[in-house]
Amino acid sequence: MTLHPGTETELAHMIREAGGPLAVRGGGTRSPGASGEALSTAGLRGVTLYEPGALTIVARAGTPLSEIRDTLAAHGQHLPFEPPEMGGLLGGSGTSTIGGVVATNASGPRRIQAGACRDSLIGVRFVDGTGAVVKNGGRVMKNVTGYDLAKLMAGSHGTLGVLTEVSFKVLPAPAVEAGLVIEGLDDASAQKAMAAALGSPFEVTGAAHLPGDTPRTLLRIGGLADSVAYRSGRLKDLMAPFGPVTIVTDADAVADDWRRIRDVAPFAGRTGDVWRISVRPSDGPQVAGRSGGDVFYDWGGGLIWALVPEGTDLRAAIGDIRGHATLIRASADTRDRLGTFHPEPAGVATLTAGLRAKFDPRGILNAGVMA
Amino acid sequence: MQMPEPSAAVLARKAEIVAGLRRILPEGAVIDDPAETRAYECDALTAYRCPPLAAVLPSSTAEVAAVLKHCNAHGVPVVPRGAGTSLAGGALPTSDAVILGLAKMNRVLETDLENRFIRVETGRTNLSVSGAVEAEGFFYAPDPSSQLACAIGGNIAMNSGGAHCLKYGVTTNNLLGVTLVTMAGEVLEIGGAHLDAPGLDLLGVICGSEGQLGIVTEATLRILPKPEGARPVLIGFSSNEVAGACVSDIIKAGVLPVAIEFMDRPCIRATDAFSGAGYPDCEAMLIVEVEGSEAEIAEQLGLILQIARRHDPVELREARDADDAARIWLGRKSAFGAMGQLNDYICLDGTIPVSALPQVLKRIGELSKEFGLDVANVFHAGDGNMHPLILFDANKPGDLETCEAMGAEILKLCVEVGGCLTGEHGVGVEKRDLMNVQFDPADLEAQMRVKDVFDPAWLLNAAKVFPLAASDARRRVA
Repeated sequence: MTLHPGTETELAHMIREAGGPLAVRGGGTRSPGASGEALSTAGLRGVTLYEPGALTIVARAGTPLSEIRDTLAAHGQHLPFEPPEMGGLLGGSGTSTIGGVVATNASGPRRIQAGACRDSLIGVRFVDGTGAVVKNGGRVMKNVTGYDLAKLMAGSHGTLGVLTEVSFKVLPAPAVEAGLVIEGLDDASAQKAMAAALGSPFEVTGAAHLPGDTPRTLLRIGGLADSVAYRSGRLKDLMAPFGPVTIVTDADAVADDWRRIRDVAPFAGRTGDVWRISVRPSDGPQVAGRSGGDVFYDWGGGLIWALVPEGTDLRAAIGDIRGHATLIRASADTRDRLGTFHPEPAGVATLTAGLRAKFDPRGILNAGVMA
Repeated sequence: MQMPEPSAAVLARKAEIVAGLRRILPEGAVIDDPAETRAYECDALTAYRCPPLAAVLPSSTAEVAAVLKHCNAHGVPVVPRGAGTSLAGGALPTSDAVILGLAKMNRVLETDLENRFIRVETGRTNLSVSGAVEAEGFFYAPDPSSQLACAIGGNIAMNSGGAHCLKYGVTTNNLLGVTLVTMAGEVLEIGGAHLDAPGLDLLGVICGSEGQLGIVTEATLRILPKPEGARPVLIGFSSNEVAGACVSDIIKAGVLPVAIEFMDRPCIRATDAFSGAGYPDCEAMLIVEVEGSEAEIAEQLGLILQIARRHDPVELREARDADDAARIWLGRKSAFGAMGQLNDYICLDGTIPVSALPQVLKRIGELSKEFGLDVANVFHAGDGNMHPLILFDANKPGDLETCEAMGAEILKLCVEVGGCLTGEHGVGVEKRDLMNVQFDPADLEAQMRVKDVFDPAWLLNAAKVFPLAASDARRRVA
């Protein structure tokens, strides 16, 4: 049996009346991870407000991500944080919902330039574990009225409350995008090249490195046509000391490269566990080396995707890092044994546990998902 | 303005409490002489004053931790203070509170250009953060107008914005990590030079919590490469409606200016008279600034001017050189000074959906007549953050109260049209009692629960943000 609330009021009632744990699901792209009665937000659907001239969109949490993308694209706008579609990697059958995107703070390659999902999120409505309906933030992009619970909800994996509505600051999508490719760099040189590009004023919107037989280091820029032409030329000059640079102007080719990086396509369909490691970029090559697996880099080298043999304790392999490693794809046994999320220092863990106890005193929302 | 009654028990034990602080801190870092504590009786919201029990100026995170531990043990309220530039009374003490000032903590701890961050102590001023990386071609983006004086610690507490946040975001979008000292004296590292949190986004809720969750002593901030250049254009219009429509059309066209500033006629006149900027005599004026190389600037401005011309502007002024650019910004940047010369004023900070702009400006004009006080409007139009300046005479009995009542009406209007009470200044004490207009009890309850977790005894800056009636039970139990 799955609970299917059609309205926020129904959802609040269901949570108040719940006799045991609830496993909250959006589009079902990821495996639930929590035990208990399934609760789907699919019935809370639809864009409730879109003002292109104010760069604002508001949608119910169960709205498919594709619907948001299409609505914005019709006005030449987009979600700045480039949310991934992880269905291919995770082997799920569902499609991402906007609520699921927020609950996982899912952010793609543009995160280095435009911020994460939590940075574009300007308002939420949710039902907490007591069944209370709470709103925070709103539909305006500058708002410091009270605490920023929207950020707390982003990435909370449904453990503090069930999202019912989310608002975003959106941005004009670039009119033109171009890519720059350097072939043959080792990881350390690639990291230096990406750091130089990101330290330039040319507004790089993506910086990734794909090692392999023919390593490829990719940069992306976007904007008005003349501007993109100018900046790709300047960046090519800046990158010349690292190796021969190819400028890719074919829009489909650029889009395809970055979609593959965004969705972790290089590891889709391959056996093994998938980890996501966030470190300062200059630590990237060393951490990747210690992981012992197949890796590729996004976010200028600060995000490492690693494919390792099933059951590998990657955290033990990489040792103490300034950052964190999250288990993205693995068996339930491995998750239980290693934990999905990086352990927090004791003082922080105490605060986290305290917040959970306040927002969900019965411990019924996605219990154990973030433990 | 109502503040909680000071704790008689704390006042009675002042000597013991201060002696304890003196044991913790070096010579000269504890101030309790009434003549000297007066320097800490208010921030930039000068209408409300109250000398604190004492003020302390620690020099390190360890000293901050020791002070908080001591105050926590003795049940002494603590009010954190950056540079004291809050317009909302964020650093206003009560007579039983210890002011914890960050002024001595202003060092740069680490600069890392390769990973694009800087780590500083939070007493450092906003502008001097940019100053520390300027020579290398980098800057720290949030630029509140008090940036010469305001401290990073205060910026984090209030989640400060600035004129350029349409493109670069506000403090929370440029903050990577903090060292937070809790009221219990525990030192926590939250975030860092890597991106995103491993678990719950505590950094996100700490930023903007107005010093109620802990004291941030060190911060890791994102720095950005400076753009190659920037140039403003001035556009005058015959009505607020047309100016508002032009803003919306520019945004819809896919250009993202780094700033879009809006001034109405009273503001244009006053600033022009004050600064000699040579502004046109018109109903509304926009300053739109774009960034990039010469060619990129030309491309963006070309598009913006093309859109502006469709709205029959009464004036279109392009900056041909740096002098022209400075002149365009001159009046806008002196707006607050110009108003101060005319009269006393309070500066509001509500945000509205950009589409509601004409309606809101019209209603503000009506309120101005009803209350008999002049209003000038200057604001960040790209993001809807308004700064109506209401003029009053502080020497005239009752004028401040009339002014505050009118301000409250304007802020209620902001909420009514879908906006909020404060876009970048914070709630403080100033808007505390209006929070019920924007939030239901359940919304406030959810926020107060967060404070319960970080500061169970409600000792840190507890008389701010939440209506006193809403937080009363919690403060009393404490």
